[in-house]
Amino acid sequence: MSSDSTMSTGGSGKKARRLKLPAPNAIIGGGLIGTLLAVAATGALWTPYEPLKLSFREKLVAPNAAHWLGTDEFGRDVLSRLMAGAATSVWISLLTVTLAVLLGTLIGLISGYTRGWTDRIIMAFNDALLAFPGILLALGLLAVVGANKYGIILALGIAYTPSVARVVRGTVLSLREREFIAASRVMGNSEAFTMARHVLPNCIAPLTVLATSMFGYVLLAESALSFLGLGVPPPAPTWGNMLAGSRPYIGQAVWLGIFPGLCISLTLLGINLLGDALRDKLDPRMRGAR
Amino acid sequence: MIQAFSSEVGTGSREENASSKNPQPLLDVAGLTLRIGEAGRTVVDDVDFQVFPGEIVGIVGESGSGKTLAARAVMGFIPPAVRLVGGTIRFDGQDVMAMSGKDLRAMRGSKVGMVFQEPMTSLNPSMLIGRQLDEGLALHRKLDAAARRALILDMLRRVGLKDPEGALESYPHQFSGGMRQRIMLASVMLLRPALLLADEPTTALDAVVQRDVMELMVGLTQENGTAVLLISHDLGMVARYCSRIVVMCQGEVVEQGKSEDILARPQHAYTRKLLSAMPHRLPARELPQAKTPIVSVRDLVVDYPGRQGFFRKSTPKRALHGISLDVQPGEVVAVVGGSGSGKTTLGQSIAGLVKSSSGAILFDGKPITKGEAGYWDYRLNCQMVFQDPYSSLDPRMTIGELVAEPLRLVPGMESAAKAARVAEVLSEVGLGDGFAGRFPHELSGGQRQRVAIARAVVRRPSFVIADEPVSALDVTVRAQVLELFDELQKKHGFSCLFISHDLGVVEQVADRVVVMQDGRIVEEGPRDAIFDAPQHAYTQKLLSAVPGLESTGEGGVRLFWRRAENDASIVS
Repeated sequence: MSSDSTMSTGGSGKKARRLKLPAPNAIIGGGLIGTLLAVAATGALWTPYEPLKLSFREKLVAPNAAHWLGTDEFGRDVLSRLMAGAATSVWISLLTVTLAVLLGTLIGLISGYTRGWTDRIIMAFNDALLAFPGILLALGLLAVVGANKYGIILALGIAYTPSVARVVRGTVLSLREREFIAASRVMGNSEAFTMARHVLPNCIAPLTVLATSMFGYVLLAESALSFLGLGVPPPAPTWGNMLAGSRPYIGQAVWLGIFPGLCISLTLLGINLLGDALRDKLDPRMRGAR
Repeated sequence: MIQAFSSEVGTGSREENASSKNPQPLLDVAGLTLRIGEAGRTVVDDVDFQVFPGEIVGIVGESGSGKTLAARAVMGFIPPAVRLVGGTIRFDGQDVMAMSGKDLRAMRGSKVGMVFQEPMTSLNPSMLIGRQLDEGLALHRKLDAAARRALILDMLRRVGLKDPEGALESYPHQFSGGMRQRIMLASVMLLRPALLLADEPTTALDAVVQRDVMELMVGLTQENGTAVLLISHDLGMVARYCSRIVVMCQGEVVEQGKSEDILARPQHAYTRKLLSAMPHRLPARELPQAKTPIVSVRDLVVDYPGRQGFFRKSTPKRALHGISLDVQPGEVVAVVGGSGSGKTTLGQSIAGLVKSSSGAILFDGKPITKGEAGYWDYRLNCQMVFQDPYSSLDPRMTIGELVAEPLRLVPGMESAAKAARVAEVLSEVGLGDGFAGRFPHELSGGQRQRVAIARAVVRRPSFVIADEPVSALDVTVRAQVLELFDELQKKHGFSCLFISHDLGVVEQVADRVVVMQDGRIVEEGPRDAIFDAPQHAYTQKLLSAVPGLESTGEGGVRLFWRRAENDASIVS
């Protein structure tokens, strides 16, 4: 009797799903991130002022009609610097997260699926790395690879890999006890196929959540590195080093800290909303639930 | 043991005496109507029933029938989304709905106790048993610690724990499911409530343990004069222990009355449907004699490695002690036994999921080792249906993809032929065209199990292992799935190893029955011989836990219970 009730909704449900507007979090998140990406891609080309141009007559000017977001201690236009810095900050964060997710997923999958001694050795190493705060690990790595854009990406990427590996391994461990993995083996599928077809796709939900929150950490970590003088070297603007550089002037020129901070916050908000929407979209169980 | 308890019976029976003179019902539910939201679906519709002091009443229905909601409403436990729209619940003359939070809390535990379905989660895993039992007692009774401890020890002894002192200092995970349910029962009965709500108290347990726990519950409540409201989907069990039965279907009470009347002369069509869904024996079939068994297991030994630490390895646990078994082509062999009997391990090692320590498994006369000539033939021809349809289907794949997946490995099959086969098999299992594009979570449990069966038979295998394929399903759905399985088996003639703890199901499908206990086969024979003249004590014990059915006229049945010759006491 339950079959009848579900059968009737089958065909019409699918059509309705296609016509429906995206969820509100997808719209807001997508809007924020879309703007950000557009600015990151083209921002450096149409900045109102030259982002690196010094103008000591206009230093620490409060936001006004000429300088919408004010100027910094060297008289550089904050809006122009934010637009130019977006590219660097976003590029660093994106590449770092991608690197960490790829490496971590690979390690986690191998570790969780093989188990035994391979797992123990990998995880012992992984846990040793986790014991260091990410930023400390990144500092150590930066000392080796040198403080430039790609050095930061490599260092932060490696520093955030262990936590991804942990999450993936945990998910894989719980997944491999599920009966559909056993079913796949009974079918005669190879281990590699089972991993690619059944295990990996089911790790996507926790990975999306992790990757979006990591994006935020990386944006902040980049600014922390800049603060310590190990970030992207000045005068090239990034949101991180703008925020770091605003500190001595927080009393006289509050806008110097507020606007880069606001940019970082809005980016994080957008990424989180988009991440939620993406996770729901990718998970068939959430489809049509709204 | 009984002496130790008799001191308590004194006070308990006095209460009973007082109330038994009173013709007033202990619990009186009238016109109870619950809805999801103010104007939503009605989940409990105008339900009336009564429970008199000391009586055992059963509410029977399938999932979604509203039986659990109706019972929980008695305690004032309704989920936030559910609204009470009408009706009254009177407990001992008081209106439960009008009670203040304080009165409700005083009633819960001390006057109305509740035992839940899942013993694995209903005890707090991080609390010592002693402290958990003490919690309610300290709250509701004015006794000092020593007196409470004495009461708890008494009760634990009464529910059959061998070492009550030790149990007080143990955590729930150190006990099996059956033992936990006894502890749960002890914690509830400590307060000697006037009414016990038991919501599917033994559904998660296997047949023998189920019977032991039920007998214990009935015994304990009788001693204390406690009335029981037993909620279950298992009509056979309810009929065995309850004096009256309330049958619920889609939120409504469709029938209620004395147990014998309901069984023998069911009035409502739904009750008749429930009765006909109870497994029944079909006439034995003649099987063609074949020379080579399709699967032949020889002296199979399986060890599970013990926990491995960095420095030490504990001793391995032997799950199978030299099993030998033959399955003839076209034959359905049932493997039965309680939990821990090794029946699942046997199925998994034949499926190649568990490595054996010694012994051999021959498929069509050829050993099934990877790399051997017969291996691929065996891989293609041996399929498995798993117990839990919620975990055996990949949640990210559509039904069509799931059923098509096994065909990927079939050599030389065109994709058009594959698509045709998938459609054919889906319609064979009763899932029409609309299902191929849907995801498992959009399906009910029974439909999912149909998908699992479709996936197992899509390659037209010659041998299917079914590991408890229906034990996660509702009674009427179970009957439908069993019927489907039987149909497919007859149509395609595959042999089957049917693993189950439920003898009723086995009686319906098996040609031959193998009884396992502690990793050994204790008895083996044709179905009728095992069911009518069991030889081994364990087989008798298993059989005594399930009802036999005899149909009467008028669509009803009469249940009979087989007694084991030297039945162990209920406290085993």
